[in-house]
Formats: sequence, structure tokens, C-alpha cells
Amino acid sequence: MWSFFHKLGSPPWLYRIAGTILRWLLPVTIVALCVGVTWGLLYTAPDFRQGNSYRIIYIHVPAAAVALAGYYVMAIAGAVSLIWKMKMADVAMKSCAPIGAALTFIALVTGSIWGKPTWGTWWVWDARITSMLILLFLYLGVVALYEAYDNKEAAGKACAVLTLVGMVNIPIIYKSVDWWYSLHQPASIKMTGDTTIDPSMLYPLLLMIASFYALFTCCLLMNMRAEILEREARTGWVKKLALGYRS
Amino acid sequence: MYFDSLSAALSMDGHGPYVWSAYAICLVVVALILLAPRRRRRNILRRLSAEQKRQQHGQIPGNEGK
Repeated sequence: MWSFFHKLGSPPWLYRIAGTILRWLLPVTIVALCVGVTWGLLYTAPDFRQGNSYRIIYIHVPAAAVALAGYYVMAIAGAVSLIWKMKMADVAMKSCAPIGAALTFIALVTGSIWGKPTWGTWWVWDARITSMLILLFLYLGVVALYEAYDNKEAAGKACAVLTLVGMVNIPIIYKSVDWWYSLHQPASIKMTGDTTIDPSMLYPLLLMIASFYALFTCCLLMNMRAEILEREARTGWVKKLALGYRS
Repeated sequence: MYFDSLSAALSMDGHGPYVWSAYAICLVVVALILLAPRRRRRNILRRLSAEQKRQQHGQIPGNEGK
């Protein structure tokens, strides 16, 4: 058990194992995304009330769900790097931010496009939408804060603090549709109680949610690999790797 | 397939432009987050490998052209 944690802190080991995982996870993810998109776009019946516009759900909900989950990953990595000064946790935290920002952006834009035919407006200052916008700014804030510091250790510390303070936003996003009842509909898929969505629509949605989780994992591992190389550029193992690299 | 024809799938009873543009934007962003780290990693490796070749030829890196 402890040797596993020890390895997790070792850059060359992490670089190699991430590469091994990506070799099969990346193709699986891309195939799953293609299947899910085709299924949702062309092989499901339209919603009886919203018509075809509801098909946006197959990217909107997965992007929003994984944007939130990604924040947990970033916050846990931030806490670990703050408490135990683990360098690879800092790498993980930094690598989460741009992916989280991209997914939050997708959730906001697709939600806005979905809102036009359904609610008759592109944007409302609804609690769910506003708190998601804050999530986007938190992710972008971490990206910007890293760039703002010359001292990378201080940058990591500042970002970890920002990430942890930003955690207060997460329960607000979850509960916003129940606390402030406005245009955004409450959750259809619930861990407890009845799910209010037809199975023919649920299965492609679940596939898309799983695919987006896999997508996040792939992007995270790829970002971490690049970040590790950059930080370890002066070490022997990276030099050896670069020597064998054919461009 | 649910739709009878390609044009029906494209128009989606008037919702087509919304649905397809949402998917198009999503595709662009996903492609970006998948390709950016790959490019970054390759650039780093290329740079480091070029640096090493220069060092082998007896030059000080970062001093070329002076």
C-alpha cells in the first residue's frame, strides 16, 4: 500500500503508467463518444414536450456532471499538495483546471443554446446557471493564477487555497435547482428515489456520462504527462527520453 | 434510425440549428482539449532533443547566433 503511494509520487513512474493507461483508454473513450453521440442524435425518439431540442441533453448533462466531478479531483489534489507537499498532486491540480474550464464552458454554451427554443431566452440569471458561471471563473482563475507567479511553488500554494475556498460553490450548484425553483429543471436522474426519464433516453445518456468521465481522465493524464516533462526537463530520465525521441 | 431522411435529421422539426450547433461547439472544444496536451508534450520533447544535439556539437544552448 505504502509503496503504491511512494510510486505515485515518482514522476518517471507516473509518466510511464499514464502512457500505458492512455494507450487503451483513449481509443475506448473516442469510440464510446462516437457511439453515444450517434445514439442520442439519431436513434432516440424526441421528447414529447420539448421535441428534438432535448437531444442537447446528451452533451449538456455529461459536461456539467464531469465539470463538477473534476472540481472534486482538483480540490483533493490541491489539499494533498498543500498538506503533504506532494509535487505530483500539484501537477494533477494544475492539469485539472483547463479541462474543467472547457467542460464548464460546454455545459454553459449548450445550455444556452438549449434554452433558446425551450425557455425562449439564451440566458437567465438563474441560480444554477450563475453558480456554473462562477465555477467557470474558478477554473479560469486557477489557470491564470498559475501563470501570474514566477515562483511555481508559491503559485501552487495560491491555487490550492483558491480551489479549496471555491469548494463552497459546489453544494450551491447541486442544490440550486431545489432551493431556487426557476427555469432550470430539477435533476432527472437520482441516486435515491425514482428516476424521471424513460429508459430509451436514459441508456444513451448514461453512456455519454461515462464517456465524458473517461474523456476527463484521458485529458488529465495527457496534461499531467506534458507537465511532468516540463518540470523534469533537467533530469536524466527525461533527457534520455528526449534523446530517443524522433520528431 | 428515428429520422426518415437526412434532411429530416438536419432540420429536426426546426430544432436542427440549435442541436447541431451545440454538438459542433462541443466537438471543437473536445478536440482542443485532446490535442493541446499532445502538442505540448511533443514540443517539449522536440526542444529537449534539439538542445541535446546542440550540446553534443559543442555549442552552449541558448547562445546560438551570437
